[in-house]
Amino acid sequence: MATAIDKQKRDINLQRTTIRRHGLATRITHWIWAVALFFLLLSGLQIFNAHPSLYIGEQSGFAFDNSVLSIRAVRGTDGNAEGLTTLLGRPVDTTGLLGVSGPEEDRAYQAFPAWLTVPSYHDLATGRVVHFFFAWLFAATFASWFAASLINGHLRRDILPTFSDIRGLPGSVVEHLRFRFHHGRSYNGLQKISYAIVLLLLFPLMVLTGLTMSPGMNAAVPWLTEIFGGRQTARTIHFVVMLLLVGFFAIHILMVLAAGPINELRSMVTGRYRIDQEAAEGGPER
Amino acid sequence: MSRIIINRRRLLTVTGVAASTLPLAGCDALDGMLSSGATARDAMAKANDLTYRVQRFLIGADSLAKEYTESEIRQGQRPNGSTDPTDVTYIALRDSAFAGYRLDVGGLVDRPLSLSLDELRNMPSRTQITRHDCVEGWSCIAKWTGVPLAAVLDEARAKAEARYVVFRCFDTMNLGLSGEVAYYESIDMLDARHPQTILAYGLNGAPLPIANGAPLRLRVERQLGYKMAKYVRSIELASDLASYGQGNGGFWEDLGYDWYAGI
Repeated sequence: MATAIDKQKRDINLQRTTIRRHGLATRITHWIWAVALFFLLLSGLQIFNAHPSLYIGEQSGFAFDNSVLSIRAVRGTDGNAEGLTTLLGRPVDTTGLLGVSGPEEDRAYQAFPAWLTVPSYHDLATGRVVHFFFAWLFAATFASWFAASLINGHLRRDILPTFSDIRGLPGSVVEHLRFRFHHGRSYNGLQKISYAIVLLLLFPLMVLTGLTMSPGMNAAVPWLTEIFGGRQTARTIHFVVMLLLVGFFAIHILMVLAAGPINELRSMVTGRYRIDQEAAEGGPER
Repeated sequence: MSRIIINRRRLLTVTGVAASTLPLAGCDALDGMLSSGATARDAMAKANDLTYRVQRFLIGADSLAKEYTESEIRQGQRPNGSTDPTDVTYIALRDSAFAGYRLDVGGLVDRPLSLSLDELRNMPSRTQITRHDCVEGWSCIAKWTGVPLAAVLDEARAKAEARYVVFRCFDTMNLGLSGEVAYYESIDMLDARHPQTILAYGLNGAPLPIANGAPLRLRVERQLGYKMAKYVRSIELASDLASYGQGNGGFWEDLGYDWYAGI
């Protein structure tokens, strides 16, 4: 953490100006999502463990093969249980993490390990209770965020990428890779595009593929299964979007830590954000 | 050059900090609030009432579950749960090819019924190719033939105060300390009178196999598989579910599963 402290010292030397960066609606929805997504992920993995295979199409092939991923425990040649993950027909030994996990003397034979599920033990009923509670919270928060962001201009100003954001994307990627951050009022091109993908593509996709798995919603909205290519394909997409969101989360945390965690965290709690002198004086914002 | 070194060091630091947060996801800390009967779990389970109400509002009473073509039946129906009941009454019926089987229809009806398989087969029938969605996550497409439950309810003249149809089954599940517990299920009148809700005696053009619930099983196509009671022994119409099992409306519901399984 020494470098972060050094950075704060440098920040003070630069005598940066603080501005109000995140609106109240942005901050509240951010933290509700953080909690909801945490529970949705861990309860989702609990639900996945009840049938740890993914397929393409309407149904699950038992007498035919339309599987794209399966995570199983199998008996190895030495007689010990091994975790076997099969992705697109390619088997991978994942003993210790997927399929078979936990301490040697107390092995758990489940797809995702106990530390990645709620509850930690196998309980599909409770996994579903948790998942659907937070699914409602997640969807309601999304609807509120969308309405608020339309009204307060957050969507247009900060999320929807402009032509120049897209044109400047390669430069923006290079800046991020070099951990060079410009602290200004607006998001840079890469931020805008990432947030637009997460908020306007992945979040709605998660809700829609989730609803596509509901037999009730299938009767109400039959075209849902059609657009996703079947209920089991929707389940597979739901899983892939989960992986993308986990990837986004990892990079998001990395960027917050690299860009100055105290300033970034404060801007998402109080809304106050310290910006570069250059940006404060109306210089170029990136 | 020094800039690059700082950046590398910072990268290592942030990667280390980020990685160290991962084991925090270890979630047995939350097990207490999620155990059966815990306040937090009960509060979250209320979301199922919301789902039930919203889906009842959004889904037309008679809107149909998707039906498929013959070519989409690519495998036998996967049996799940009980596949070979050992109840003595059931074994006796099974050994006589269900010749002595009677479906009793009682509770809040004006005319209690006792119907043989032949009588059920002679009632109006419906055949549908539908997708069975298991709560575990898998799906399987099969062709089901049976008598619409609405026809049986009309024959028995269901009373106006009936709000649920309860299905009692031959199969029992071993729950350890609780011993053998008989399977049962319940649905509301709206699902009971839905055109695709049938008491099925045929599967993929043949008599319903024992593994899939012979001689008679329920199909409720807009809900998950655990609602579709197999080995149905009797039907009761009721105004509330408190007097059945643990009072939650079904065998799996008594073990913590949601009563409404449209999701």
